[in-house]
Amino acid sequence: MRERLIFAGQLLFTLLVAAFLIVPAFLSMLAGVTANYFRGIASGFTLQWVIQVWDLYAETIARSLLIAVATLVVTIVVGVPAAYALNTRGGRLARVLEEVITLPLAIPGLAIALALLLTYGAFGDYRRSWLFILTGHVVFTLPFMVRAVMAVLAAIDVKTLDESAASLGAGPWRRFRDVIVPNARPGILAGALTVITLSLGEFNLTWMLHTPLTKTLPVGLADSYASMRLEVASAYTLVFFVMIIPLLIAMQLLAENAGAGRPSS
Amino acid sequence: MSRATFLRLCLLPLAAVVMAFFVLPMARLAIVGASGETGLRAYSAILLEPRYRATLINTVLLAAATTAATIVIAAIAGLFLQRHRFPGRAVLTAMLTFPLAFPGVVVGFMIILLAGRQGLVGDMTGRLLGEKIVFAYSIQGLFLGYLYFSIPRVILTIMAAVEKLDPALEEAARALGAGPWAVHRDVILPALGPAFVASSAIAFATAMGAFGTAFTLATNIDVLPMLIYTEFTLSANITMAAALSVGLGLVAWVILALGRSLSGGVVAAAG
Repeated sequence: MRERLIFAGQLLFTLLVAAFLIVPAFLSMLAGVTANYFRGIASGFTLQWVIQVWDLYAETIARSLLIAVATLVVTIVVGVPAAYALNTRGGRLARVLEEVITLPLAIPGLAIALALLLTYGAFGDYRRSWLFILTGHVVFTLPFMVRAVMAVLAAIDVKTLDESAASLGAGPWRRFRDVIVPNARPGILAGALTVITLSLGEFNLTWMLHTPLTKTLPVGLADSYASMRLEVASAYTLVFFVMIIPLLIAMQLLAENAGAGRPSS
Repeated sequence: MSRATFLRLCLLPLAAVVMAFFVLPMARLAIVGASGETGLRAYSAILLEPRYRATLINTVLLAAATTAATIVIAAIAGLFLQRHRFPGRAVLTAMLTFPLAFPGVVVGFMIILLAGRQGLVGDMTGRLLGEKIVFAYSIQGLFLGYLYFSIPRVILTIMAAVEKLDPALEEAARALGAGPWAVHRDVILPALGPAFVASSAIAFATAMGAFGTAFTLATNIDVLPMLIYTEFTLSANITMAAALSVGLGLVAWVILALGRSLSGGVVAAAG
């Protein structure tokens, strides 16, 4: 009896916490398709707010997608070879470098953005282009790609694979392309999903780095929260949810598969 | 091409990107912070100038309160979810971790929908009490927002730690006659100690540096990231903004490094 009471109490508590997190997200999706949120759903459902968001902010959505894809390309090109080298080389230099690239995880985005502005703000054309935002996103997401790939490389015995390929006469570039990259694929995929999700939602850096002509989706969101009616802000948030929820589900599935594939400890 | 050369080539792009776009800018930030009229005293002003100090204390208190509340909430919910199997458990876990990818601005909007002028709490209290309670833009609203983004992160860490606990220890405690309360107090919670330390560090550092949520909600509350932002954009006090950023970055980094060395694990904040 007592056990059941404790169980019920804990379940109720956990449900309340889940409600705190989910109810507002649900309300925002609802408000985005409600004709008049103040009067409630009795006022009927409509897509007019979503259409209005599309008219006002389509450009920010496209720019965010562009930046996310570009960030992904850069983090793969820069991060995957580096993860391989850091994993293979070891030693003090590798550890120091690993420590330095994970620093952007600890330092608030606002500080990094300010540092970039103070250093490169005078290069007008660069500062005004979307490449400036891309720079911030790369610095912020690179550690996630490097660590995801390194985790996979550490779990499989890359050194043996690498050395046996070398003993068969494959040069370093071929070994990297035909042995390392295929084996690191789960890590690259996990890293890619994280990088895209983080880039699409990045605000702290982007708010400082953007110009009126290089607004991204989260910058537009902040804009709409401050100046648009609640229904439009909600519809915009709904668009954002629709973009990131598939990524989150894919990440969850990938993590579960990785968990199932590994022998349990 | 030798193997060592190839490995060095593999590291080159990373080293170049990190050097040009992170190490150099951060060094520049630290220098700019010390290059105002007052020189290095800009850094001590963070502690000595009453306005900055008040903001710093505000931010630390808010981050500490958020951390404490998050740990208690996540410990109860995380233990429960990891220890019981029931229908709907997977969905419940997914709901609790889903907001992990929300940017701070969206979290702020979630609090507006809960406690803003057209929010749920206002609507309900308006009907029940005849008076709308609106607190989204106060320190309570900010606290709720910080809870919102901290809970998912911490729950994940705690659930992973609970999974690794050795059930034999609890069975031994029970066999020796310990009740459920004693088992929790003397066996389970101490064993989760490192996870509590690690997730406290994450929650605290994230709360200290959170900008998006404060930006959406904190119209008249001073927290450190908002102070940096207003110093930089409104007052054009670039030296002080740089000094405050360096201070904030150092605090966040030290706390995460402490959390990592005390818990022996890998700790990172994000968002």
